[in-house]
Amino acid sequence: MRLSPDQLIFWEYGFININLTIVITWLLMALLAGGSWIITRKLDSEIKTTRWQSILEMLVLLMRDQIKEVGLKQPRKYMPFIATLFIFIVVANLLSIIPWYEPPTASLSTTTALALCVFISVPFFGIAEDGLRGYLRSYLQPNFIMLPFNIISEVSRTLALAVRLFGNMMSGGLIVTVLLSIAPFFFPIIMSALGMLTGVIQAYIFAILATVYITAATQDAQQKKNKNLKSTQHG
Amino acid sequence: MDSTTIIAVASIITAGITTGIGSMMPAIGEGRAVSTALDSIAQQPDAAPTITRTLFVGLAMIESTAIYCFVLSMILIFANPFWNHFIAP
Repeated sequence: MRLSPDQLIFWEYGFININLTIVITWLLMALLAGGSWIITRKLDSEIKTTRWQSILEMLVLLMRDQIKEVGLKQPRKYMPFIATLFIFIVVANLLSIIPWYEPPTASLSTTTALALCVFISVPFFGIAEDGLRGYLRSYLQPNFIMLPFNIISEVSRTLALAVRLFGNMMSGGLIVTVLLSIAPFFFPIIMSALGMLTGVIQAYIFAILATVYITAATQDAQQKKNKNLKSTQHG
Repeated sequence: MDSTTIIAVASIITAGITTGIGSMMPAIGEGRAVSTALDSIAQQPDAAPTITRTLFVGLAMIESTAIYCFVLSMILIFANPFWNHFIAP
């Protein structure tokens, strides 16, 4: 029994190998990039738009509102990163209705890469918003005793992001495989339908958690800006 | 019993216990969280989007402990390092 798509290797040379995860991920990237390019090639602002443009507009507006509700006041700055994460994970999970497709998110290496992106983006956005000193000072909140715990939480939440997505997607595939050998007629369909629901929810949670972490890193600067704005308005 | 058998028995029993406890406790926690959230939504339907979003994030946090237990028991059964150490020549 294959636990993850990492174990099916097509080509190997030294420590470099090309496995099913890499192949599927590249195919997905080609699908997403190509599809987006084809759809956005002829956008129009008429009343009657193409159906694909309507889908993309709905998706973008929905994600913008969700990011704004979490607390990022300028969602446009963070949309490219968070929305890309969300769309990639959703498509990767939902395509599992296609036979012989294995979601690349069921491999720990993919989810670790995604979680590392979030891990790097948090100080990136924090420094861009707050400056290096301001960002480093956020580690000393509420006082300097909390410094080691803040650093531990930074690492452990990255680990949790990776293992959560991996565990959910891997368990979905595993349950279907086990049920196929026990009750192959009807139950695997139910469980794979449940697996698709889990996939969408996990993608949502991944994106929302990334947003929450970025919000926490940039919040101080935003509050300061708001205060300055208010004092200038009153003064 | 040789050491391989002991490792196999210990791993299988531990994997079962891990998944058992690790699914019981998060289930209790998630049930409490969902029931409280439903109470709040019934009292204040206007706040439903905020409550739902916070609920999802919280559920993910609780769920991740169950997932840790599941991954651990999978490692114990399918990729046990001690087992591999003794099986290897």
